[in-house]
Amino acid sequence: MNYFQEDMERASRETMRDLQSARLTETVRRVYANVAYYRRLMDARGVTPADIRSVDDLPKLPFLTKDDLRDAYPYGLLAAPLAETVRIQSTSGTTGRRVVAFYTQADIDLWEECCARAIIAAGGRRHDVVHVCYGYGLFTGGPGLNGGSHKVGALTLPMSSGNTERQIQFMIDLGATILCCTPSYAAFLAETIIEKGLRDKINLKAGIFGAEAWSEEMRRDIEEKLGLKAYDIYGLTEISGPGVSFECGEQTGLHVNEDHFLVECIDPDTGETLPEGEKGELVFTSISKKAFPLLRYRTRDICVLSRRPCSCGRTLIKMSKPMGRSDDMLIIRGVNVFPSQIETVLLNCGFPPNYQIILDRVNYTDTFEVQVEMTPEMFSDTVRDIAAKEADLLNSLKSMLGISPKVTLTAPRSIARSEGKAVRVIDKRKV
Amino acid sequence: MTIEQISVFVENKPGKLAEVTALLGGAGIDLRALSIADTEKFGILRLIVSEPARALEVLRAADYVGSVTPVLAVSLADAPGSLAGVLRVLADAGINLEYLYAFITRQAGHAYVVLRVTDNARAAAVFAAAGVATATRAEIFA
Repeated sequence: MNYFQEDMERASRETMRDLQSARLTETVRRVYANVAYYRRLMDARGVTPADIRSVDDLPKLPFLTKDDLRDAYPYGLLAAPLAETVRIQSTSGTTGRRVVAFYTQADIDLWEECCARAIIAAGGRRHDVVHVCYGYGLFTGGPGLNGGSHKVGALTLPMSSGNTERQIQFMIDLGATILCCTPSYAAFLAETIIEKGLRDKINLKAGIFGAEAWSEEMRRDIEEKLGLKAYDIYGLTEISGPGVSFECGEQTGLHVNEDHFLVECIDPDTGETLPEGEKGELVFTSISKKAFPLLRYRTRDICVLSRRPCSCGRTLIKMSKPMGRSDDMLIIRGVNVFPSQIETVLLNCGFPPNYQIILDRVNYTDTFEVQVEMTPEMFSDTVRDIAAKEADLLNSLKSMLGISPKVTLTAPRSIARSEGKAVRVIDKRKV
Repeated sequence: MTIEQISVFVENKPGKLAEVTALLGGAGIDLRALSIADTEKFGILRLIVSEPARALEVLRAADYVGSVTPVLAVSLADAPGSLAGVLRVLADAGINLEYLYAFITRQAGHAYVVLRVTDNARAAAVFAAAGVATATRAEIFA
């Protein structure tokens, strides 16, 4: 048994299309009736639920963007009664860009089932010991894989992130066989395990790594160091969390759980749907969720879709690893960061918005530095005053972004400008 | 009774201090005293110079950030215990000292201490009452 839900994972094209069409029309009808925000968007585009009869009608629907989610915050897109809604998850961050996603129990179940499909595809079974060191809490990584592991029936270690020594201790003592975390943390764990000479005490056979971009070189390096097979997993809080798509043993792309999440690839400039195989922006429509179904949500992730048959036997459409972004969002240590957030913090703290973000990857871990130009207003002749302003800035950045940068104050006009326009991001990471 | 000190923000990078002093030297500005407070990432250079306003102008033109701060300069007998006596006066009055640095001039037998306190007027008053002499700019650059 290499599938968690074989009837869906190996459904014929016709069966899948019929199911998708039925779920899509039902979802559109429901959100149009229950959610004023969708009604407004659809009315503005002159489209009614009656116009949506099958998946072929998907392009008639308006797009939804992160700005819509922000405008509708917090309850504006909730499509189920509060009495049936049992959970929220949220993206890291910020007043400006906060996204809160809602779940009914059924929504959580289907999300966890998607994660269970990923675990099974990675070779996970009931007798496995699944070590989850994604963060728990508002972040979807921990809860998603945790729930997926439960659905599989495996012994689940809800480790959450941090405390590397303890992670390794539990991994060894309990004989963990499957590791779930970000690829950069997996690489860091691998380095630490080898440094401590504990490599032969590790019993891992598979890793399920996601929430950030990683290269094939990095995959091979982690596989070799930890003696496991590394599988990619993709997801976003807006759509449910990890498990929107997952890799199988072929390691040539991620199968989208398209019985729940319709995927399109569009030209980010024109919004036109692109033919299969062309590089464009991914757009998801969640057709099974009750509390927070999103219609045509623009992810800004640039990918290629493929329906070429897969040796694993799954018929689910495959997406490539994300190749980039169609906006300026950065993914740093698995956390989404927009340069505009940093600008907001600087202005709030009394600094001018003259800054530069410098990203690098040292030992497979992202380094994140924010350089800020010193101004006469911020200057003081005492170290204490400047250090206090620096600490204030650091704390504000930390609470806005959810991760902690290194803050460096620089001389005025020291930040590189190209043709008069400041270069805001220097990304030296090789992915 | 206070004298003007200039303070300049310098990045913690090789050659920065050399650049600042070269700029001032090139503009014909005389340095009398200097101290640097440094952290891991940046430093604050504090200078007593012959022409503070012009010195700051020269540095600003070269994209440095700085300011003029009024500080107290106290002249001390070049003898053991004299600094301790001055600091005791401040401590007894409950006046906070942010930083200090000392220098000597061409006058034999005298040292000067630059004091940055939270309240210059009160510090000057307690010094006067205790018979501690504060120095003027003219005296320092004599």
